[in-house]
Amino acid sequence: MEQKPKSNLALTGSLVLLVFAMFGFGFALVPLYDVFCEITGFGGRTNTTAAVVEEAPDTERTVRIEFVTTLNQHAPWTFGADVASMEVHPGKMYFATFTAKNLTDGIKVAQAVPSVAPISASDHFKKIECFCFENQEFLAGESRAMPLQFIVDPDLPDYVDTITLQYTFFDTLRVSASD
Amino acid sequence: MVSTPADLHDKHDEHEHHGPAKGIGRWLFTTNHKDIGTMYLIFSLVMFFIGGAMALVIRSELAQPGLQFVHPEFFNSMTTMHALIMVFGAVMPAFVGLANWMIPMQIGAPDMALPRMNNWSFWILPVAFGILLSTLFMPGGAPASGWTMYPPLVLQTGDAFPFLIFSVHLMGISSIMGAINIIVTIINMRTPEMTLIRMPMFVWTWLITAYLLIAVMPVLAGAVTMLLTDQFFGTSFFLAAGGGDPVMFQHIFWFFGHPEVYIMILPAFGVVSEIIPTFSRKPLFGHDSMVYAAASIAFLSFIVWAHHMFTVGMPLSGQMFFMFATMLIAVPTGVKVFNWVGTMWRGAMTFETPMLFSLAFVFLFTIGGFSGLMLAIAPADIQYHDSYFVVAHFHYVLVPGSIFALMAAAYYWLPKWTGHMYNEKIGKLHFWTSTIFVNLTFFPMHFLGLAGMPRRIPDYSTQFADFNYIASIGAFGFGLSQLIFVYVLLTVKKGEKATDAVWDNPKGLEWTVPSPAPYHTFDEPVHVDRTVAFPQNNP
Repeated sequence: MEQKPKSNLALTGSLVLLVFAMFGFGFALVPLYDVFCEITGFGGRTNTTAAVVEEAPDTERTVRIEFVTTLNQHAPWTFGADVASMEVHPGKMYFATFTAKNLTDGIKVAQAVPSVAPISASDHFKKIECFCFENQEFLAGESRAMPLQFIVDPDLPDYVDTITLQYTFFDTLRVSASD
Repeated sequence: MVSTPADLHDKHDEHEHHGPAKGIGRWLFTTNHKDIGTMYLIFSLVMFFIGGAMALVIRSELAQPGLQFVHPEFFNSMTTMHALIMVFGAVMPAFVGLANWMIPMQIGAPDMALPRMNNWSFWILPVAFGILLSTLFMPGGAPASGWTMYPPLVLQTGDAFPFLIFSVHLMGISSIMGAINIIVTIINMRTPEMTLIRMPMFVWTWLITAYLLIAVMPVLAGAVTMLLTDQFFGTSFFLAAGGGDPVMFQHIFWFFGHPEVYIMILPAFGVVSEIIPTFSRKPLFGHDSMVYAAASIAFLSFIVWAHHMFTVGMPLSGQMFFMFATMLIAVPTGVKVFNWVGTMWRGAMTFETPMLFSLAFVFLFTIGGFSGLMLAIAPADIQYHDSYFVVAHFHYVLVPGSIFALMAAAYYWLPKWTGHMYNEKIGKLHFWTSTIFVNLTFFPMHFLGLAGMPRRIPDYSTQFADFNYIASIGAFGFGLSQLIFVYVLLTVKKGEKATDAVWDNPKGLEWTVPSPAPYHTFDEPVHVDRTVAFPQNNP
């Protein structure tokens, strides 16, 4: 039987290309994941830059907003919401404040990372202004109230009557030092 | 045990081809697929015992509630290192070793297509595992975050962290090179009459496995590279403070991790599909459907990864998709199990050691498959997640699954490799002790998990004490049973001479060459009796 000589080099080359393509695909998953989360609200993602929303209060409906705060890995801070929860009307703007204190003798920089539950509400919780939009610098021993201005979108699904906003407070010196 | 197969081929020096080189240089510089296969198999056996010793540390600590022998941190290192060594050091290299030995002989090729790369892909492995094992002696201890290396926990690893990452890189490079070699060999070097669909099942399952390896090992390399840059170069792929997301690591890891579990089981399917026909004296039932089933399993393995992480928080639609996609895998797997049973149906069966291990594989792997189906149920998985039920499940598919298939393969082809029959009585003793103790070890873990015992803990509530004690007895029994296998290997040369066919009229090209297989086989393309080489297409 006649057999055409086959090129090992060509096949090996294409397989090596496939290896590099899959290595790249691993990294491509990072932006893909971000896009996926932003579209679906997966992971409780909310807006990280100021949202522009018209006020259109729906006074018939009341939604309970609960604030939860967490410190990451025994960070040397105190951090908490000044009120634990609020009753709000969708479409109306509200203010809340969170107070943090630097317990160390040096300058500290913190970053708060928000997460909203349930997932179906994360797209409808709009932050107009938030201390979580940027790093917060605290002098030694400084204590400060930080503002949050938000509006709940009237399109919030009917079955949601409670929204939990959770902030984790990270000590960012390691991150910002290497930026 | 290292020295025994080293002189397997000494008797072939009088053969018409030139024989192997002398001394250590033979093993360092060899490009012979049989030598490299032997080295892979011995390496994986050594790793099997090192990983097994770690498992016995774990079972010693868990024999009774309370802390007895080791610190919790070291316990965590043991679970992590046991898994990494067994997955990447024992099971995967053992199957690559079988592929090196058997694929060229089964497709009538003189050697692997890329023999120098073959040498390289083996010799990377001792380096990789030398690095990994050296972390046991480093400040901060060996990695203790589980083999899944989830951040942020894994970033708290001490000095061992970069060594962990680099050893995983090296294992990945080795596997990828091995996989490329296997694909090129199978595609380009088959004897002319062997069309793709005529290939033996072991070759088929390895072709599919090799593509899986090429597709997912680079993704793992990417994921651990991101861990490395997060730790040392200020990136924030997985750090929430910098805008990253630790859950993303789990997605990327399991995009690798789920195909990885099929990388460890598909070649086992291939082995069992070779052995059951021989000892049933019938061709494999539904050969072509076995090929399609293996390919379907490989495809499905890419779209089910999130069933490992139902508890991270996922939209209902996502949970439904991953649940049903996972359950779908039971269909092609069921095709395989029924085909094995169909092969045995009305066959003239005998029960030599390889057949015993294969039968136990079919039965016990199926138990592991069923517990996998239970875990696939998203609402139930909320309860089972991270419990000993999961430990029971994946040990059932890996130990009486992959490891039993490897043992079956070793007994099946050992006479072809060494030219001598192993001691059948001792082989059967190895089988029965292994089978009894493997069930004694892992079956109680189902009950422990359902009762709520979490995995990866050095201590537990007292109501779990009895089943844990039973499991620990089983583990020591299973570990000691494997020493019988070492005895079989060490004494195999004292056994009677094997015939070329070894078994009763087995099918396949490897049985047409002398026993022991000469250092070089199939230097010329062979024209073979089709009923021998392609029995499945000539009923």
